[in-house]
Amino acid sequence: MKRDIFQAIADPTRRAILVLISSTALTPNAIAEQFQTTRQAVSKHIKILNECDLLEEKKLGREIYYQLKIDKMKEIDQWLEQFKAIWEQRFSQLDQVLLNLKSKENEN
Amino acid sequence: MKTDLLMNFSVDKENKAVNVKREFAAPLSDVWSAWTEPEILDLWWAPAPFKSRTKSMEFKEGGKRLYAMVGPDGTERWSFFDYTSISPKTNFKHSATFCDADGNPNSEFGSSYWDITFSEQGELTVVDIHIKRDSFEELQKIIEMGFKQGFTSAMDSLDKIFEARK
Repeated sequence: MKRDIFQAIADPTRRAILVLISSTALTPNAIAEQFQTTRQAVSKHIKILNECDLLEEKKLGREIYYQLKIDKMKEIDQWLEQFKAIWEQRFSQLDQVLLNLKSKENEN
Repeated sequence: MKTDLLMNFSVDKENKAVNVKREFAAPLSDVWSAWTEPEILDLWWAPAPFKSRTKSMEFKEGGKRLYAMVGPDGTERWSFFDYTSISPKTNFKHSATFCDADGNPNSEFGSSYWDITFSEQGELTVVDIHIKRDSFEELQKIIEMGFKQGFTSAMDSLDKIFEARK
C-alpha cells in the first residue's frame, strides 16, 4: 500500500514517535517503552511510518534501530511553503483589485 | 506590487487547520464585496496563471457557489461552497468540496470548512481565515492538481520582469 507523509503526521502517537527518533536511533522496544499503549499498537505505527518511507533502518547485532529520515520531513515544509505562496499571490491580486475599486469610487 | 501589509500564515497539523490573516489597505465594505460578489471574486481568487470562473453563486445562508479554477491549458477543476452562516460585513462560513461541472461532489477528498472574519483597524481591513480540513490529503491534492506548476511558471515570469528592470 502506498502511503504519504500526511498519513504519518495524522496520528498523535506517530507524531510522538517521529519526535523520539528525530535525534537518536531507537529499537522498537525502546520506542514502545515511551507509550502507555500496547507494544503491538506501537509496532503497527512503526510499520505505517516505514510505509511512509520516513524511517532509516539500521541493524546492530540482533537489534533493529529506527531513525527519522529528516529529508522526508522537509517535504512537508516545502509543500506548506507552496501553499503559503499561493495565498500570498492570491492576496497580492486582491490588493490590485481593491486598488481598482477605490479609484473607481473616486471617479464617481 | 510590493506591499508591507501584514500576513500571518500558520498550520495547525494536529487540528488539520490552516490559519491565514492578512491586512488590506481598503475600506471594509470594499474588502467584503471582493470576497462575496462573484464578478470581483473571479478577478483575484485563482492564483495566476489560473483563472477563477464562477458558474453560479447565491451568497446567502443555504446558498451555493459553483466555480472552476481554469488552468492555462483550459483544464477545469470544479468546487462548490455551501454558505452556512453570514453576518454581513463581519463574518461568513462555508464548506468547500471538490466536484464536477454539475456540482456533484467528489467524496474522495472530503470537505474543508472555512470561517472568515472581517474587521476594521484604522485605515486597514483585516481578514482572518480559518480553514479546517477533513484531511491533509485534500490540501495536498490541491497542489498536485497543478497549482504547483502554474505557480512556479507565474513566479518565473515575475523573475523575468524583475530581471528586465535591472
